[in-house]
Amino acid sequence: MYRGPFGRRQAERLLWRAGFGPRKGEAEALARLGLDGAVQALTRPGPERLVGPPPRDRRGNSLAPTDASGHDHAWWLDRMVRTSRPLVERMTLVWHDWFATSNVGVGSQRFMLAQNGLLRRHALGSFESLLLELTRDPAMLVWLSGNRSEETAPNENYARELMELFTLGAGKGYTERDVREQARALTGWRSDFRQGVGWVDFRYDPARHDAGFKRVFGRRGRFDWKDACRLCLEHPAHPEFLVRKLWSYFVPEPPAGDTRRGLERLYRAGGRRIRPLLEAILRHPALHEGPRMTKPPVVVTAGLLRTLGTGVRTEAWAERDALSGQRLFYPPSVAGWDEEAWLDTATFRGRWNGVAAALAPRISRPGASEPVQAPALVRRARAFLGDPTLTSATTGALTRFAARALADADTPARRRARTASVENALRLLIAASPDFQTC
Amino acid sequence: MSSPRSCCDEFARAAALRAAVPGSGLPAVEAGMPLPAGTGLDRRSFLLRSIGAAVAVYGATAVPWRLLDEGVAAAASSAQNRVLVSIFLEGGIDSISVLFPGSDPLYRRLRPRLALAPDTGTAFAEDPRLRWHPAAGGLSALHAEGRVATLPAVGYTRSDQSHFTSRHFYEVGATSAELRTGWLGRYLDRVGSPDNPLQGLSLGGTLSPALAAARVPVAAIESADEYTFQAPGVEAAMLGRLREALAELARAPTTDPALRRARAVAGQSEALRGALVPFAADRADPGSASYPESRDPFPRRLASLASMLAAGLPIRCVALSAPGQYDTHNDQPTALDRGLRLTSDSLLAFQRDLEARGVADRVLTLVWSEFGRRAQENASRGTDHGAAGIGFLIGSRVRGQLIGEYPGLAGLDENGNLRPTSDFRGLYAAILEQWLETEAGAIIPAAGAFARPSILR
Repeated sequence: MYRGPFGRRQAERLLWRAGFGPRKGEAEALARLGLDGAVQALTRPGPERLVGPPPRDRRGNSLAPTDASGHDHAWWLDRMVRTSRPLVERMTLVWHDWFATSNVGVGSQRFMLAQNGLLRRHALGSFESLLLELTRDPAMLVWLSGNRSEETAPNENYARELMELFTLGAGKGYTERDVREQARALTGWRSDFRQGVGWVDFRYDPARHDAGFKRVFGRRGRFDWKDACRLCLEHPAHPEFLVRKLWSYFVPEPPAGDTRRGLERLYRAGGRRIRPLLEAILRHPALHEGPRMTKPPVVVTAGLLRTLGTGVRTEAWAERDALSGQRLFYPPSVAGWDEEAWLDTATFRGRWNGVAAALAPRISRPGASEPVQAPALVRRARAFLGDPTLTSATTGALTRFAARALADADTPARRRARTASVENALRLLIAASPDFQTC
Repeated sequence: MSSPRSCCDEFARAAALRAAVPGSGLPAVEAGMPLPAGTGLDRRSFLLRSIGAAVAVYGATAVPWRLLDEGVAAAASSAQNRVLVSIFLEGGIDSISVLFPGSDPLYRRLRPRLALAPDTGTAFAEDPRLRWHPAAGGLSALHAEGRVATLPAVGYTRSDQSHFTSRHFYEVGATSAELRTGWLGRYLDRVGSPDNPLQGLSLGGTLSPALAAARVPVAAIESADEYTFQAPGVEAAMLGRLREALAELARAPTTDPALRRARAVAGQSEALRGALVPFAADRADPGSASYPESRDPFPRRLASLASMLAAGLPIRCVALSAPGQYDTHNDQPTALDRGLRLTSDSLLAFQRDLEARGVADRVLTLVWSEFGRRAQENASRGTDHGAAGIGFLIGSRVRGQLIGEYPGLAGLDENGNLRPTSDFRGLYAAILEQWLETEAGAIIPAAGAFARPSILR
């Protein structure tokens, strides 16, 4: 439990780690609640309210998630921007990465959005319910071949990822034989493929299920799909896997042994519920005092749009965020996004141009701003972005930039003409700065 | 592809098939059609720092990315190689159209509606029977300077009439449906390095099959001028200061690992953007000022190529497609004129650019097509598939003389097509031996069977 000061700066980090950053004034408001109150506000937020203008495509038409390519991404991004329950939305994103399903393999925005709704409903709830629901979720059944696995030809795809990526970890306490036996237990789900329509009529067909005895983790029984999931959840390696993985989304360094064991106990005793774990992680000193994390690309985008209050006004965010390395509904593989690789020269350029696109609708026009000295210009640009915390090295570089850029103009008239341009450049530099891209 | 569609179904299908990403989801190849060279080659994309653009690299499964950048850097620091640029005129084009026999009565009889007036275009100095098509002014100008060797009837005996198959033969350098490596790919396998994908460079989204290698990596790049940073509302005169500030932000020391990494990447990105400036086809650059304005990427690609070559990037073989679609079954004059003019003007600008940059002596350009057209025009103001096509070698070192004579319309083959007076395999062998200084026998099957023209001055 973190016992240090909990002020604006701590609230700002908490909002970035557990949501999509502060709207203007939000960090101050959260800080006034104190740490416990702030965490409770995130984990027990009450019914969702969507705040701000509804999403539009670039022609100004209202935007539905399934009506065109890229609209799924823009629709979810908008939810991140406007939600009053940022942690629920952030956990939906966590589960999307954890149970990474890509529309490349599913081929249906409708199924993907249904899965998205499922992840959101279970966002802070029971991991057991989430796992059981996902196991029979149409998008997942198509993605990992569950609907094409039957007694005569069990498909190991889901069985393997269930253990390797979802519940236990690669090579942690299961064998190839367990994979094969779990695949048999998971048989029975099916759907029909209709030409021109796709997969329809998902159902459990007992005639396709292998009802024979299986041996999994040394236990013998006529296991079915629910048993397959519960066997994993009851496996002694599962709590540690879950705690380490969940922790890694909020804190960059792995938990110390006693912290981890405490969280495992909490998970077991709490009936595999996620909310108590999150409340413990969000109050842990490692989050508040430890090193920074790189913000995921869509988190930066959503955060900027929250701060600016402009809302989602184009479906182009799908393409822009893809260039920064994160296209929602299209994770690169079943293992999700590689957080280690969030930043390289290609994705940095993507982030820069994303920042530029977010700022473009509100650029300062020449003549619109009064001429002031460099430090005041820096303060104004920071205020425009909700006063994000910056290191002194960055503030110094920004001030020197503003001073030089103003000094390049040799007359007061030219300096006045340049003020807006300097201010626009400062906003860009702040939002694209390594300080802002991490938290 | 141009619209309205004037090409045949087979051309459209072949184009669609080749546009697919090799190895993933290729439409079925019909029985008897060869698979394009390079089909199924492992393909990965990454940002090559040395040119600052996303590059698709083919066939480098075993090489870690960072070593590819180092490989490029190492290759760039060694001696400058000669470069071959292969430009494909897609669809089939021949000398009856490009170098037309204006005063031949047979020409008017065979092409009553398509024939050009005898006084249009410019005279072809080497053969008084022929004239340059009016749209080929750029080629005509280069020819007058002795920088073009013309192959008025290049091909092979019993020419295959399928776009797909005949193109494949040219790409693999043999009349074999089975070969799966390109002729330039095999050359690179022999002389190239295991970690420099730029040695074989396709300009355009996908790998050119002629470059498909078996051992060494090759690359495809869309354009080098895509790595831009936007700065809305910032005046141009301030961009230098903006970049300076970004570099300064990136330099600040920190003990935090994530912040350190973010700053390092910001710094690399800014340095990369700086390194890129010479490669963007800048219209203000005097070297590229004379390229035609067009929405087609061809002139921009040639401009980028010229700047990459001048910058000393380790490029050996380049392949790209010319603008236009020469499968002119209908309304030939419109499509031919448009494509040929842009191609010809761009080639002239490219040569001038190379000369201005002082690298023209290192570059040889080959222009080819999969076959020619039927001498007799069809009922739709077009022509059907023929046999011998037209080819050019362009460059400062080229011996600017005919390679093979113009065969004339009196001695057409049994299908009514031009007979070849030079063989593409002999041409390839000559390029390999005289320009690339490599033994052709190791690259072109049965190379000994084909006469080599003398191609250099």
